[in-house]
Amino acid sequence: MKRLQIISSVFFALVAFVACGKAGTAGLASDAAERVYVKPGDKDEIYMFASGGFSGQVGVNGIPSGRLIRVIPVFSQWPETGYGYDETTKNMLMTSHGFVPWDDSHHPQLSVTEGKQDGRWLFINGNNTPRIARIDLKSFETVEIIELPNSAGNHPSSFLTENSEYALAGTRFSIPIPNVPMAWEQFQKEMKAGMSFVSIDKTTGKMSIDFQVLLPGISYDLGRCGKGPSHDWCFISSYNTEQAYKMLEVNASKKDKDFVMAINWKKAKACVDQGKARMFPGAYRHNYREENQEAVSESLNGTKMLDPKDCPGMVFYMPTPKSPHGSDVDPTGEYIVAGGKLATVIPVHSFSKMLKAIEDKAFSGEFFGIPVLKYEATLAGEVQKPCLGPLHTEFDGKGYAYTSCFVSSEAVKWKLGTWEVVQHLPAYYSIGHLSIVGGDTRDPFGKYLVLLNKITKDRYLQTGMELVQSAQLYDISGSNAELLLDFPTHGEPHYAQMIPASALKKQTKILRLEDNKNPRATKKESDARVVNEGGAVHVYMTMIRSHFKPDVVEAAAGQTVYFHLTNLEQDFDVPHGFAVFGSNAPNVLVMPGETRTIKYEAKDRGIFPFYCTDFCSALHQEMQQYIRVQ
Amino acid sequence: MMNRMKIGTALVTALFLAVALAACKKQSGDNASNDSGTGIGPVSSVQIAAGIDEGMAKKGADLFEAKCSACHKWEEKVVGPALQGVTTRRKPEWIMNMILNPVEMTQKDPTAQKLLEEHLTQMTFQNVTQEEARMILEHFRKKDGAK
Repeated sequence: MKRLQIISSVFFALVAFVACGKAGTAGLASDAAERVYVKPGDKDEIYMFASGGFSGQVGVNGIPSGRLIRVIPVFSQWPETGYGYDETTKNMLMTSHGFVPWDDSHHPQLSVTEGKQDGRWLFINGNNTPRIARIDLKSFETVEIIELPNSAGNHPSSFLTENSEYALAGTRFSIPIPNVPMAWEQFQKEMKAGMSFVSIDKTTGKMSIDFQVLLPGISYDLGRCGKGPSHDWCFISSYNTEQAYKMLEVNASKKDKDFVMAINWKKAKACVDQGKARMFPGAYRHNYREENQEAVSESLNGTKMLDPKDCPGMVFYMPTPKSPHGSDVDPTGEYIVAGGKLATVIPVHSFSKMLKAIEDKAFSGEFFGIPVLKYEATLAGEVQKPCLGPLHTEFDGKGYAYTSCFVSSEAVKWKLGTWEVVQHLPAYYSIGHLSIVGGDTRDPFGKYLVLLNKITKDRYLQTGMELVQSAQLYDISGSNAELLLDFPTHGEPHYAQMIPASALKKQTKILRLEDNKNPRATKKESDARVVNEGGAVHVYMTMIRSHFKPDVVEAAAGQTVYFHLTNLEQDFDVPHGFAVFGSNAPNVLVMPGETRTIKYEAKDRGIFPFYCTDFCSALHQEMQQYIRVQ
Repeated sequence: MMNRMKIGTALVTALFLAVALAACKKQSGDNASNDSGTGIGPVSSVQIAAGIDEGMAKKGADLFEAKCSACHKWEEKVVGPALQGVTTRRKPEWIMNMILNPVEMTQKDPTAQKLLEEHLTQMTFQNVTQEEARMILEHFRKKDGAK
């Protein structure tokens, strides 16, 4: 206990250290309980979509209550629903490396139209096996995952352009492209970073890799695309411009400044359209699931690769102190705020000054042929001594920015234009990202700020050697931010985005049986049957409260049995589950009107039960039948 | 047709009423005395012509097979009650309202309340139109040998 107290004291001392200027420190609102209380029967005002970090999923919390109301499986298998295990969904997790049942998900971004949230889709990156997933916000299901070749660590991803024309995805790890082993000294010279421009279909949301850009091999980190005047550009931070490949904690922190990269996506697209890109090899998978259909996994190879030297004026580097992390664009599209992770200032670049610097050729040099602009030429201002370890910034739409600071464990509120810190908001503890409702868009909703922390220490009852990550909710609607709530999150939510619940009202409640186009569907009980096809047993089975049809199933030992399960219910929130004795797969949940297929190897002779796993009715316990294996 | 919000609210209400119902049986007896037997829902009167409209009954039979037969058989109870003789036990309006508005029916209609107590599974609305419910009724009339 003493140790915990010491830890807490250190954090408070750090906060106190930076809070000794004139800016005050936010405290707990006196009526906090009332402001986060959602009384029984009422609903939360806001949806929060939090990346599941090393769980690979997305958590959905209601705000202001902080309640976890859903986990959406994305990059990892999820036995709760059978996602990634059953025949219907397992193709979603196919990659060029085979079946990969996990990833490390970091940065969700809600789709935008004219820079404002449109409530259609949620995109999120997979870091370890570079992928981008799209979740449909009508069904809250992962409907598409595209793999990114020529990338080794999809951390700087997925950043949407102002009308969701493109999702940009860079790489945190540079590699030889094409990737072949070589001497370490040579590797240092040849490391490259492929940045993918993934186009998004306006109507269907479907993704495809339009082209890639072959960038100098440094570590790209985070970014945002522009809005309004900066519509054509995206701004990506970087570290390790030293190009170290070992002991990066020392070797990648030698320079005073790294870069924020400004890349003109419109110009890149124009160069590609003029035939300036070359085909590069690179195997990848494109997986998608049409409504209620078996997921398709396409095996693809090769992308159009654009070399910056073939497209002058497309990319520039803005020197930025020091190993910057976040690179965030304010609602007007003019300011690009870099979290100078190891710097004592928060540097802010001006988009209009950047354009002028490019026009005036105010370059301080070149980096692998790419012009490096003069720091002073693009600088709008610096927030002086804001905190220790500034990382990420979001905006309230009222002229203020909030930046998270890892080392001093707080967020700082500061004013755009005057660069003056006005308030310190303690985080418990060691904050990473922060999120304001719509805080990265042209039109922030504001009102709530969530701090997403890395270390929990003394905030919850101990649960063994680890505690879940904590988050704090602040009310930022008044002139001073006030702390409202502490709530647990799961995995390690790096980033989260929030949207008013009123924007997500058009959700699917059931699939009408008439609209069930799955070729394995059984839409009425009289069609339920068992068919032997090529030695395998196909069971076309219906589920309704509280029985399955056919009544009994027969198979021979050694046969593979496919249960094609259709839930005949047409009633919202009445899925049926299915589990069979001795199966090597988990249960599958079938939503009302939908069809899912699960594979069962009939290894042993005997009579084995199967049953409904999701409590469905007063006679749920009776929803149990048998398969006989002879 | 009820919108989804109403159904949601109705469900919550149904749950409360189910609790209330169990707690005060006498009240449901009182309701019975005011019961007109037409049920509660969008159908207040049904025109029944002499004889059977065979076309309608055929369409009704197909709809019944697709949307109702998983729970209802003619001669035996499955999930819901056996339906044989239903057109002589209940008014045509009641039958159509039960098809179109089962949740509110099992909360408020004394006969439907008793059926829920007996069968213990909430009947669900199966996405049929009023016209389709009428066809199902015609199918029932034919099965019951209506002239």
